Parts: sequence; structure tokens; C-alpha cells
Amino acid sequence: MNTIKELEIKAVEIRKIMLQMIHDAGAGHTGGSLSSVDILVSLFYNKMKHDANNPNWDERDRFLLSKGHSVEGYYSVLADSGYFPKEDLSTFSKFKSELIGHPNKNVPGVEMNTGSLGHGLPIGVGMALGAKKLGNPCTIYVLMGDGELAEGSIWEAAMAASNYKLDNLIAIIDRNGLQISGCTEDVMSLENLKEKWAAFGWDTVEVDGNNMQSLIEGLDIAKKRKGKPQMIIAKTIKGKGVSFMENVPTWHHGVPSKEELEQALKELDNSLKELM
Amino acid sequence: MKKIPCRKSFTETLLDLAKKDEKIIALASDSRGSVTLNEYADTLPDQFVECGIAEQNEVGIAAGLAEMGFKPFVCAPACFLSTRSLEQVKVDVAYSNTNVKIIGISGGVSYGALGMSHHSLQDIAVMRAIPGITILLPADEYQTREMTKELANFDGPVYVRMGRGAVDNVYSDDFAPFEIGRANVLTQGNDIAIVATGETVPQAFNASKILSKEGINARVLDFHTIKPFDKEAILKAADECGAILTVEEHSKFGGLGEAVAHLLIENNPVPMKIIGFADEALVSGNSSELFEYYGLDSHSIACAAKELLRK
Repeated sequence: MNTIKELEIKAVEIRKIMLQMIHDAGAGHTGGSLSSVDILVSLFYNKMKHDANNPNWDERDRFLLSKGHSVEGYYSVLADSGYFPKEDLSTFSKFKSELIGHPNKNVPGVEMNTGSLGHGLPIGVGMALGAKKLGNPCTIYVLMGDGELAEGSIWEAAMAASNYKLDNLIAIIDRNGLQISGCTEDVMSLENLKEKWAAFGWDTVEVDGNNMQSLIEGLDIAKKRKGKPQMIIAKTIKGKGVSFMENVPTWHHGVPSKEELEQALKELDNSLKELM
Repeated sequence: MKKIPCRKSFTETLLDLAKKDEKIIALASDSRGSVTLNEYADTLPDQFVECGIAEQNEVGIAAGLAEMGFKPFVCAPACFLSTRSLEQVKVDVAYSNTNVKIIGISGGVSYGALGMSHHSLQDIAVMRAIPGITILLPADEYQTREMTKELANFDGPVYVRMGRGAVDNVYSDDFAPFEIGRANVLTQGNDIAIVATGETVPQAFNASKILSKEGINARVLDFHTIKPFDKEAILKAADECGAILTVEEHSKFGGLGEAVAHLLIENNPVPMKIIGFADEALVSGNSSELFEYYGLDSHSIACAAKELLRK
């Protein structure tokens, strides 16, 4: 999928699939999934080398969802990409479903079980280091939340990635500014984030994480740079795409009622009409 | 012949194996000296990853390497691997079923007087409660060598604990059987069974010699594998010996003793006693002083066996 417009349309469609899934399950992390959908779409439908018919392809790019609670968007993208039937999404969080509330390796396309925060980047460092040792040309992408950055293990991995000059590692922060208790800057201030990562030896680029053009450009820049691990700080809006969910902390794991779902789907359909 | 510590036996064997298998990778957390990985790191720099003092990251990196097809051996003091990086062991290794070997060295009270921060007396308990991870405690240098060979070809999460100092050997260069999940019977006897694991096995073995001089024939079982647990060996011992004494360099809570008790209470509740460390921050002392003070040395084990038989 190449054009920005096609990707934008896809991102709206994924939001619709995802909200329906959360509503059906009666559980989910709505806000952070909505904020990161555009990032997922830019990766899975444009930047990443992967093949749903051959999920274990040796040279595939690897994606790790370190903010594992945003799994709804991830499962939706994997199903839509053909890793497993879309009908399976209706089993999300249901009794004995493989679609557990955090990424589960038994689901085709999922690389690692995540859910405990601060784990994705160390694993990504191991994968990137392994790829270098093997001469495997793949790129390792790690998507982290911003609240997650308070975990110390992330900064251990940040040091290791620059120590080993892992330029095949591209990390992305879903910088929506909110975590479960409120604003990140009130809970545990993160700024100045760009300088922090630069000080740890990373190249950084800031993008609008809900703007497809900006995301693609940022990913292109990160891909071209050599010698250092790459950090993309993607400024996003939690709950993006649905007016009454945007920037409202309680939608972190709020579940839309039937009426709220209808309202949300209507808004997303209007967005689709505008794009088409 | 000079005895060598299990950790040294492990690193020497790993180096031999890694020379022939480029997928083997050793990771250290500024621990290459304490693990005795210096020669390995100098000989095979491309198969060695230094992680700095960051055990959580060390385990996460290993999981990532495993997913790329490597056979990572995470080497660090057991006290840190089994507590500080426990969540990585649980999620990135056990839950994700990655082919990572967690090698805890200087385990138990090896660090003696360095205090509770450096003791690992909870590791068996926590690892036992995590599904999907094999738990191994080799008894001496020869068994460690055989275990290491087996690990190089074993696909899946494993936690290994070994000590710092050299211990009396119970096996020899040409006899050191090691099969994961199958306990070794070291001495045949039907008066009492002494079930030991790791570096308490030599103490239990020596205790059986003391007991035999007094006409008591003890069956010593080397439980080098805590998980999967060799139920058959315990039930057979309960049936044929009628009393079981367990010995472990671990808290009395949650370790080998409780695993044996659990099995017996549901099947054949013969008299038993658990020898392990008391539920307290231990007094200061080197490891042999602590073994004596808390009753894990061969003489204390022999006394405990006689007391159990009197009941």
C-alpha cells in the first residue's frame, strides 16, 4: 500500500474494526490503541517487510508491541493483513481464546508475549544484535508508550543499543501525553524527551504520530541514518479519531457502550467519506 | 586431582561446545570474572555479549537473541537473576517459551558473609511456581559438565543454580549420569531416604557414610532436577524406606522439601523432615560456617536422620 490516502483510509477502517472488537469483548484499552493505530498502519501496510503467508520468514522485519495493552489495534492489523481470519477478532478476551488481552505468540504474526511494561526494548536490542551477528538485513521495530518510559529497564536497553551501535533498531514512542492516572508530566515528567534519548546516544526524530505523511517521512529518515539506534517520538492524541474519546484519560481502558459505539462508528464513517 | 568449582566446570565445557556451535552465546552482567568467563570471552568475542550491570536487560537481550535462533546462556549471580530480573524470566523467557538458559552462579549462601542481598535462598521457590521452566542444580563439577552438554541441545527455558566454591565430588570423570527429570540414586539403602539437591548432595552423601558406620543404610537421592519433578523416585523411596529427609541450600519455604511434602501428603504420607535455611536474614559467616550453624553439613544431616528414625 503506497499512497498516503490509502494508508489514511486503512487507519480509519482499523479503528472501526478495533472499536467493534472492544465493544464485543466488553474490555480493552481504547485510548492508547486509538492513538497508535496510525503508527501500526504506517509500519504494517507500508514500511515493514513481512508476509502473512510466511510469518516465520527469516528476513522479515520484526515488530514488538512493548506497550502490550494496545493489543486491540495490533490484533486488528494482523487480522486485516491476513495473519488470521478477521472473524476470530470476535473472540477477543473470551474464554479460551488465543486473543488474550496482551500480545500472545500463539497468535500468528505476534513475535513475543508482552504486557509487562519496559520489556520490549531489551528484547529488541537482543533481536537487533542477533540480526547483526547473522548478517540478517531485517529491521527491528519497537513501539513503546510514553508512560512506560518510567520503567528502568528501558534505559538499560537504551544504553546497550547505543553501545552496540544498533542502527537496525527503530523504536517509536506513542507520545500521547496521558497515562492511566493523568498527564505524564504530572505523574512522572518525561521532558525533555528528545534530549534524554540523544544523551543516551540515539538519533531522534519527532513526528506527528497521527499524520501519515509525517510518520512515513520520519520512518524514512530513521531507516537511512547509520551508526546509531533510532528513536521516533510520535506525538499523538490518546483516543484519536473519536471526538468524545480524544484526550480523556478515562478512555485508557474505557469500553464503549452500544450508543457510544454507534456514535464512534458514525464519526469514523464520516472521516472515511471525507477521505474518499 | 584438584577439584574445581561447578561454575568453572560449566564455563570450560561451554567454551568447548561454543567452539563447535556458533549459535551458543554467553551473556554477562559485568560478571565475566565471577562466572569465570574470561577465557571464553577472550577466545570467542563474537559469541559473548557484555550487558553491564543490568540483569533485567541481560535477560531481555537473551530472549531477543533466542528468537533470532541463538542459544543464549545468561550468566550472573543467582541472587540477582532470580529476583531482580524475575519478571523478565517469567515473561520473556518462560511465558514466551524462548530458548534461554538462565545460569545463576554463586547461588545459595556461596557469598556467605556478604549478606542477604547476595544470598539466593528463594530461587527454587519462585522458579517452581512459574510454568514452563526447567530447574537444575548440579551436584559437582562432573555432573555440571554433563549437564552443560545436555543444555546445549535442550530447547527451552532452563534455570540453573550452582555455587561458587569447589565441593567434594560425588561423581567421577567417567561416571556422572545426568538425565533431566530423572533423579540419581547415589547409595542404595532402605532405612531412610535422604533427598538432596545441588551442592548439598555431597553433604548428604557424606552423611550416609556416617550413618552406615552406625548400621543405618540410607538411600541418597540426587535431585539435580527440581522441575520436572521425579515423582516416581520419591514415591519409590517412601514406599521402600518409610521416611524421607530432604536437604537443600534454600529457604525451608517453597523448595525441594515442600515439593516432596506436597507429593507425599497426597500419596503416601511417611514421616519426613525438611532441612534448609531458617526464615530469617542469616547470621554472618562463610558458607561452611552457615551450613554448620543451620544444620546443612553432613554431621547435622546424619543427626537429623537418626532423630527422624526415632519418631
